[in-house]
Amino acid sequence: MATYRLHINGHSHEVDVDADTPILWVLRDVLNLAGTKYGCGIAQCGACTIHLDGKAVRSCSIAVSSVTDRKITTIEGLSIKADHVLQKAWRQHDVPQCGYCQAGQIMTAAALLKENPKPDDAAIDQAMQGNICRCGTYNRIRAAIKSASGQ
Amino acid sequence: MTTLNSNYNRRSFFKVSMAAGGGVIFGFNWLAGCTTDDRLNAPSEWFDLNAYIKIGDNGQVTIMSANPEIGQNVKTAMPMVVAEELDVSWDQVVVEQAPLSSSFIRQVAGGSQSLRASWQNLRQAGATARQMLINAAAQKWNVDPATCDTAEGQVFNDRGESIGYGDIATLAASMEVPVDVKFKNPRDFKIIGQSKTNVDMEPIITGKPLFGLDQKKEGMHYACVLRPPAFGQKLISFDDSAAQKVGGVSQVFQFGNNIAVIASNTWAAMKGKESIKAVYAVDTELESTEIHDASMLALLDQPAAEPKRMDGRIKQVFDGADQVITRTYEGPFLPHNCLEPMNFFAHVTDEKVELSGPIQTPERTQKRVAEAMGRDISEITIDMTRMGGGFGRRLNGDFVVDAAEISQRAKVPVMLVYTREDDMTAGIYRPATKYKFRAAIKNGKVAGYHLTGAGINSANVTREHNFPATAIANYLAESHELKSNITTGAWRAPITNFLAFAEQSFLDEVAEIIGQDPVQFRLDLLEQARNQPTGELHYDIDKFVGVIKLAAEKSNWGKLPEEVHQGFSAYYSHNTYVAEVANVIMKDGKPIVDKVVAVADCGIVVNPVGAINQMEGGVIDGIGHAMFGDFSFIDGKPKDNNFNTFRLIRMHESPTVEVHFVNSENDPTGLGEPSLPPAGGALANALYRATGERLYSQPFVRKLDLLG
Repeated sequence: MATYRLHINGHSHEVDVDADTPILWVLRDVLNLAGTKYGCGIAQCGACTIHLDGKAVRSCSIAVSSVTDRKITTIEGLSIKADHVLQKAWRQHDVPQCGYCQAGQIMTAAALLKENPKPDDAAIDQAMQGNICRCGTYNRIRAAIKSASGQ
Repeated sequence: MTTLNSNYNRRSFFKVSMAAGGGVIFGFNWLAGCTTDDRLNAPSEWFDLNAYIKIGDNGQVTIMSANPEIGQNVKTAMPMVVAEELDVSWDQVVVEQAPLSSSFIRQVAGGSQSLRASWQNLRQAGATARQMLINAAAQKWNVDPATCDTAEGQVFNDRGESIGYGDIATLAASMEVPVDVKFKNPRDFKIIGQSKTNVDMEPIITGKPLFGLDQKKEGMHYACVLRPPAFGQKLISFDDSAAQKVGGVSQVFQFGNNIAVIASNTWAAMKGKESIKAVYAVDTELESTEIHDASMLALLDQPAAEPKRMDGRIKQVFDGADQVITRTYEGPFLPHNCLEPMNFFAHVTDEKVELSGPIQTPERTQKRVAEAMGRDISEITIDMTRMGGGFGRRLNGDFVVDAAEISQRAKVPVMLVYTREDDMTAGIYRPATKYKFRAAIKNGKVAGYHLTGAGINSANVTREHNFPATAIANYLAESHELKSNITTGAWRAPITNFLAFAEQSFLDEVAEIIGQDPVQFRLDLLEQARNQPTGELHYDIDKFVGVIKLAAEKSNWGKLPEEVHQGFSAYYSHNTYVAEVANVIMKDGKPIVDKVVAVADCGIVVNPVGAINQMEGGVIDGIGHAMFGDFSFIDGKPKDNNFNTFRLIRMHESPTVEVHFVNSENDPTGLGEPSLPPAGGALANALYRATGERLYSQPFVRKLDLLG
């Protein structure tokens, strides 16, 4: 066990965990930020997507010891009033079915829009192919990303 | 401070409701549920009018959602039905998840039956409460209730007076419960038929705790379980010295053939599990897919002891045929792969068994836990969380029993967590199945039809009364079972999830061989079932024809440019009729599934935006598993254990799905499953036209890949 200082959603946290603990489990079990989901544990499904210094990454496969000086954003910190353009678009298109993957989908899409404010279909495919939706809401995720980017 | 007012003199309501199939409950813990919406200010007093409804003194209406929510939208759609008959504005409504309770009927998520089975009950709950509110207002005004009406949570009389439901809820709760209440005419529906946003939208898109794995309870520990790596093995011994040294691990113990690791956090439980060294021996038999395949193929060439259905004279018509078409179709095992792995919270003490989590069958699971632990049903409570997918996996409460046993043994509250690898390798699987179809062609028509199926642990892998039964004078359906120690169970649209592909592919090929358009071929067969039926008819010909014609129209069947290759499929399952057309285009020599047009007749569409979502998802799920779903065993061990090798469909491989519903005033039927079965056939038939390759085995990716 060791102490790590983390910068999450604009706040500073000190956590006492094993060095190899994936940031996913620090968020979920230690900090009670359950919005970031566990799906596969090997960076294949995207349910655990967070932003690390603004880039979408898989929190299940990044050890806490490697992120101490980095800025972490989770779904809980994506917007203060749940009014991110993607959250608005998710409501508008009634995207979710079971809903479990959707936080990860939104986080990946948010990182995409930051880099590419008007992504075409190919860019959306490229960015989103790491996020599985087992329910198959892909049509709506695409439509919501397009709405959010004013297309 | 909120107080709860219940009228304990309303036992008559209970009896009335029981007789009529409605529901009311006394002493129900209304406040146990999790409020899905905090837009409205909490009322200071609640009045429960029946099991489904409580009305606050400020007019806020809480509607309990009785059924488990797995993503099929019942938590939104079912309360909409109650709200419609209660005659409130949807904006006044907050939905709460109910726990398992005897005051509701069929708290199950399965068989696409939730809305269909509860439709009358939900309407009765709403309409009865509305009448009680009217009667209360009429008494207050001293007028005849017949002169009163309601709208948007208010009662009106013909003197121009009005009063809000919240202002008379206390009086209404003391009213005699009316026996005969009128339902609305579907043409007057204001909520049903209007798209309403998923009631859990806010927690989903803001990351609030909602699912089973998100639960945190006082004193809770995490548990992971090491199971034998292969079916047919038993645990001989294990060394847990390394596991005991993992920080956070508090207990390691054997239960049955498994080893449980208890820890203070999930990661420690997972690491502890990984560091156990266990020794296994062969217990029963180590089975392999290769052997299953050979055994099932051999069964397909044998007659079954008893046919599932036999009409006419099969032997004579096949002996006298101009041509016999024989094709064999093969489908693999499939894991469900709910994105939220199996998990459950259990707190077992001498006094009670407290269970909470994602389960499609709370009532059946309560009984199962009671039997496994020798406890009385009354000691066991089950709360339901939203589920990160079900697909049939969570019909089986094996993991709930495990959680309860682990909590009892560990003497602490536990959250049992499956890793993805546990989830994919511990069963329960869709059974592998194979089918042989034979058609006897005489004078250019199908004179005989013979279906033989074989499946793992499945007493009947045919759906013997389904189309084209009744349409063909000489018809035989037979089924064989191959027993296995690999655990199998229901997987979204059980049996038909593969059978429909096989049948719809076969019909497409038969139509081609006899020189008929596949759509007209099906319509002709249906007319034959209408005009010259043979044996029992188990489907509605008009509804079937309706979806086929609408799908042909909406897809511009046969009218698209030649570079668009279309495949047709139509299937009736779970009381809903669906027809689908897949459009495949070729690019760089590889197929792309560009679009699927899907048409359903499911009666009244309660929540269109949710219904369309179900149709889209079912089509994409069906296409994804037909294309990529590959799961097999070598010496009892599953070939895949995570998404690095088990391929699930992704966004860039998914078609655009265009959905249409047949206009209907019939009572609603379900949509969780019916759009899946026809998808594989529509895809296979389109891929054939695009590539010239008929596909007989799933996954198709063994023969050809899609260009994503």
